[in-house]
Amino acid sequence: MMSNEEVLKVENLTVYYELEEETVKAVNDISFSLHKGETIGLVGETGAGKTTTALALLRLVPDPPGVIKSGKITVCGNDMLEVPVQKLEEIRGKDIAMIFQDPMTSLNPVFTVAEQIAESIEIHEKVTKHEAYEKALEMLEMVGIPRERGGEYPHQFSGGMKQRVVIAIALACQPQLLIADEPTTALDVTIQAQVLDLIKNLKDKQGTSVIMITHDLGIVAETCDKVAVMYAGRIVETGNLDDVFNYTLHPYTEGLFNSLPNINDRKAELKPIHGLMPDPTNLPAGCAFEPRCEYACEACKTQQPELVSFTDTHKAACLRYAEPGFHVARGKKHE
Amino acid sequence: MAKKQQQPKLDANGERKQRSQFGEAWHRMKKDKGAMLGLAVVSILVLVAILSNFLLDYDTDVVGMNTKERLQAPNAKHLLATDEYGRDILFRILYGSRYSLSVGLVAVAIALVAGVTLGAIAGYKGGAVEEVIMRFTDIFSSVPNMLMALVVVSALGQSMLNLMIAIGVTSIPQFVRITRATVLTVRNQEYVESARAIGLSTPQIIISHILPNSLSPIIVQTTLRVASAIISASSLSFLGLGIPAPNPEWGSMLSGGRKFIRDYPYMTLYPGLAIMITVLSLNLLGDGLRDALDPKLKN
Amino acid sequence: MHRYVLKRIILLIPVLLGVSMLVYCILDLAPGDAADILAPDDATLEEKEALREELGLNRPVLVRYFEYMWKLLHGDLGESYLSPVSVWSAFTQKAPNTLKLGLASVIFAVGTSLPLGIYAARHRGSWKDAISMILAILGLSMPNFWLGLLLMLLFALRLGWLPSGGADMGLRSLILPTITIGTGMMATLTRTTRSSMLDVIRQDYLRTARAKGVTEEVVIKKHALKNALIPIITIIGTMLGGILGGATLTESVFSWPGVGRLIIDSLNGRDTPVVTGCIIMTTMFFSVVLLAVDLIYAFVDPRIKAQYASKSKKGGEKKDGEKAATA
Repeated sequence: MMSNEEVLKVENLTVYYELEEETVKAVNDISFSLHKGETIGLVGETGAGKTTTALALLRLVPDPPGVIKSGKITVCGNDMLEVPVQKLEEIRGKDIAMIFQDPMTSLNPVFTVAEQIAESIEIHEKVTKHEAYEKALEMLEMVGIPRERGGEYPHQFSGGMKQRVVIAIALACQPQLLIADEPTTALDVTIQAQVLDLIKNLKDKQGTSVIMITHDLGIVAETCDKVAVMYAGRIVETGNLDDVFNYTLHPYTEGLFNSLPNINDRKAELKPIHGLMPDPTNLPAGCAFEPRCEYACEACKTQQPELVSFTDTHKAACLRYAEPGFHVARGKKHE
Repeated sequence: MAKKQQQPKLDANGERKQRSQFGEAWHRMKKDKGAMLGLAVVSILVLVAILSNFLLDYDTDVVGMNTKERLQAPNAKHLLATDEYGRDILFRILYGSRYSLSVGLVAVAIALVAGVTLGAIAGYKGGAVEEVIMRFTDIFSSVPNMLMALVVVSALGQSMLNLMIAIGVTSIPQFVRITRATVLTVRNQEYVESARAIGLSTPQIIISHILPNSLSPIIVQTTLRVASAIISASSLSFLGLGIPAPNPEWGSMLSGGRKFIRDYPYMTLYPGLAIMITVLSLNLLGDGLRDALDPKLKN
Repeated sequence: MHRYVLKRIILLIPVLLGVSMLVYCILDLAPGDAADILAPDDATLEEKEALREELGLNRPVLVRYFEYMWKLLHGDLGESYLSPVSVWSAFTQKAPNTLKLGLASVIFAVGTSLPLGIYAARHRGSWKDAISMILAILGLSMPNFWLGLLLMLLFALRLGWLPSGGADMGLRSLILPTITIGTGMMATLTRTTRSSMLDVIRQDYLRTARAKGVTEEVVIKKHALKNALIPIITIIGTMLGGILGGATLTESVFSWPGVGRLIIDSLNGRDTPVVTGCIIMTTMFFSVVLLAVDLIYAFVDPRIKAQYASKSKKGGEKKDGEKAATA
């Protein structure tokens, strides 16, 4: 299924929010890429910079105060930060689409749901208004909403159904690249599984590449081929699903796993990561995770760790691996 | 991103909370150039209004005629020209600030006291009392303000006090509505319930627990209302229904200058400018107060 | 929905009754009456009394009010004391002029302030925003009779481009009074538009629209504006409703033969029936326009429509709501 066509390439992306008194360093020098049909999970706590990264891919970081300081984003061969606005509007919705996090506020309250889906089709496909509307109703059915409800307004729908509408909008023009920003966070557990299935099916049918933004490792295990773990605006570990889950390298990733309940040992205590993410307006000079890290050493306080390749696919940014023989407690060692 | 806007915690101790709230508001307002300019001009105007009584002699400087110097263009002796009776327009404008400011302040004071009382009662009591008060407010506010003021002032007769009453009465509905709305939102807060639980009487609860928390919108409304009251007062005077002629009320000065507008526009130009500067600075101040007292509104 | 409209119309009746009573009684408080004005200067007290008798002024105010109301209920606004015409014809003779002026002003205000307000909101915090807001607050602070006089001085008296008063030069006489009234309206509306747009402009659903590839132009004019419209419509409605009673000063400055001047002349002549009649008509107009505005909300915002519907027939709609919630 995987081909070598690169749908997305992000190089050294840095995004700041420049406020009056301070600068929020939301995304710091991250790089990753995605091939056709692949799904990458972007994992991290709230505030790690996941959503900002996603918005930057669409060049939708609210400006002001958001500023893309540096980097290069290539979507389907288009340099997103350089293309003229007109071209950008052609790309948005057609080549790259996004499922937004909060279905409650992501739909326009004064237009019917079918109108909102049809709008995207009208913009990107050579169809009449009527055909676009028809196709919008089909999209609704595809996400499991009866077409008769297309003429209703968002306030007449429940949260789960709104999320389906948001998904229908994103998928309306069969994008090459789909960003799903915590698509299930706002939903009941029962609906969560349905929504994930939906995305998975569409991916399989259309060969869409997906960026799955989540803080839920369960969802990652279920849907992703690759994982990038973000902490304080940086990618601290990235690799295939197997790499990250079974050969965990970074202490933060280990912390994320330890704070999950263990299905094999129900009596085991949860081990939360102590402390909070550092203030993004005032990041430490060294490793941002150092204050919370049980493996931290002196060098961690002053030296910024770089992503280092451990295998062809697996990278992590931790200084301790400079010491021969070091490994976090979890996971197998790469041979 | 939005974590900076933490509101001060509500607590039952009304006074301490208020002070910090207004301290913070003042801190915010100091950064607002428009508001500070407005505040400065308003302060100067108040000073002028007070001092003009001592520095100018009403009979000679303000209303005394001097036909030899009638209709002069601005010159070194009469900076802002003279009118058809040879009176110095600058002196009259300076003295006129007394009328505009006092009508504005007293009228709004009337509206404030009546409106806040009625609004607080309506909001706190609810039921039939609220219904009656609000219906009366509806009736009052469904007549355009200016017409209502016209009717009231022509019924009461022409005098400064009546002008204050007419404008004050027509401004009551806004205060009733604002006060009621804010009281409604505060009424069911827990600290009000606890005040009720320890046995405070209704007026005590309204005065010491509810009103202080509805103060911000009322302060803002008061400032803006003084501005519009000044315009109303000069409008009525302009129509000949306000403060009668020889008195240097800005609106009636302007009206008196109409006959000479073609050749001596000064008599209309300067009093109007005075009204505008006064109203502008009050509006700037009001806007600044609103932004400072309710940062949420400012986006 | 129909029942909601009907309810609102029925609620108007006590308001109008209250207004009429209020105005009638306040005017009765005034010292002096029409007899003083109508009677020749050398009239004796007896002659004046006779005139009062003839006009029916000697009876108690409430009796006269109820008599007046009785006639009003039959569609009769009464006769003017001072001129031999009915109040209705005096009013209808002047009203078109005022309506014309008012409508022109509202159109002027809407046409200028919507673009300006949206422009300011889109450039929030920049110098463009600052200049727009300074213009707006200047317009708000300018007494309109003064602005009218300045415009007249410049364009009529000095440049001679436009007539300085009256209504007999068609469009040309309309321009200056329109700008005079429209400027104040524009100021208020620009501020409302800006703040309402600012409320909407950071909403998530605009981001959704942008992510679909909607052009910025359409995002602002379609997606944002339609959501920002309610407060804007409210202000436009209040302006439209107020046009009959709001032009008093400008009409007086430009000798515009409208309702405002009729009211002032009648007030000066103690012509109570004309004043009361005009004010009742003005108030009625105001209330009806505000009601119409309320109904327009329903077309702009489906959520409000749903509210109206559930207000008028609670049972049936509620089930629908539940269906939506559980689905």
